[in-house]
Amino acid sequence: MIEIAWSNFTPWSALAGGILVGLAAASFLLLNGRIAGISGILGGLLTPLKGDIAWRVAFMLGLLAAPAVWLLAADMPAIEINAGYPALIIAGLLVGVGTRYGSGCTSGHGVCGLSRLSPRSLVATLSFMATGFITVFVIRHVLGV
Amino acid sequence: MKYSLASLFAGLIFGFGLILSGMANPEKVLGFLDIAGLWDPSLAFVMGGAIIVGVVAFAVARRRTLSFLGFNMKIPSHTHIDKRLVIGSLMFGIGWGIAGICPGPGIVALGAGETKAAVFVVSMVAGMAIFELIERNRAKA
Repeated sequence: MIEIAWSNFTPWSALAGGILVGLAAASFLLLNGRIAGISGILGGLLTPLKGDIAWRVAFMLGLLAAPAVWLLAADMPAIEINAGYPALIIAGLLVGVGTRYGSGCTSGHGVCGLSRLSPRSLVATLSFMATGFITVFVIRHVLGV
Repeated sequence: MKYSLASLFAGLIFGFGLILSGMANPEKVLGFLDIAGLWDPSLAFVMGGAIIVGVVAFAVARRRTLSFLGFNMKIPSHTHIDKRLVIGSLMFGIGWGIAGICPGPGIVALGAGETKAAVFVVSMVAGMAIFELIERNRAKA
């Protein structure tokens, strides 16, 4: 039986935030003609091509600046990272290799790919969701960390 | 210039969306992925909200050859589902489940000054660099 954490459940802010993410992806698509896939935009900076750098850096700066700009208008919600440093390093390496090998992450496959009904992105999203759920299950309920 | 400004704008709004939705908080993400514990389904609403807008945007984009700023549309056209796609995504999911951080929220949390996010992002970029090295060696072989 699934038990819902009602006290943590925030459907309205989640929906509103999701709509903002969608609007960001939509504006990027309709203004620049590109998919807002974060791992691809960042990864492309590692094999830089002439004329293909500034826009990638600009997108990353937008993401990096978001908390500071947000703070001008409202308090930042909590960012709780409970993983230890070795776990963060392993997680980062897996996310880095995996998203490049699989050509996308939650944004490129999950948001943009599902929005354009791409079968590739559906397979990718189901794959990373599956291992995401399994990994948390193993860590929290099998290993009991 | 226009291209980079539009990118900056999209990145900023994307970041606001991650902050407002709760995606920028790894503990919240893990609460969503922990279906056997006390489950917080909120993040399904993030995906839902984003896709509702995305579907409309892609329906408009599909009818165009140039963007509204006059750039070529670069929408992926691959349809082939291969081992790379599946294995890469499975690996990504394991990393996501370990720390609760995917690329966008990692960068936003770094921007918020979180040391742990910096460790994650540096490791992620190292992982991307390892991928490029493997690809380069494969191309030579």
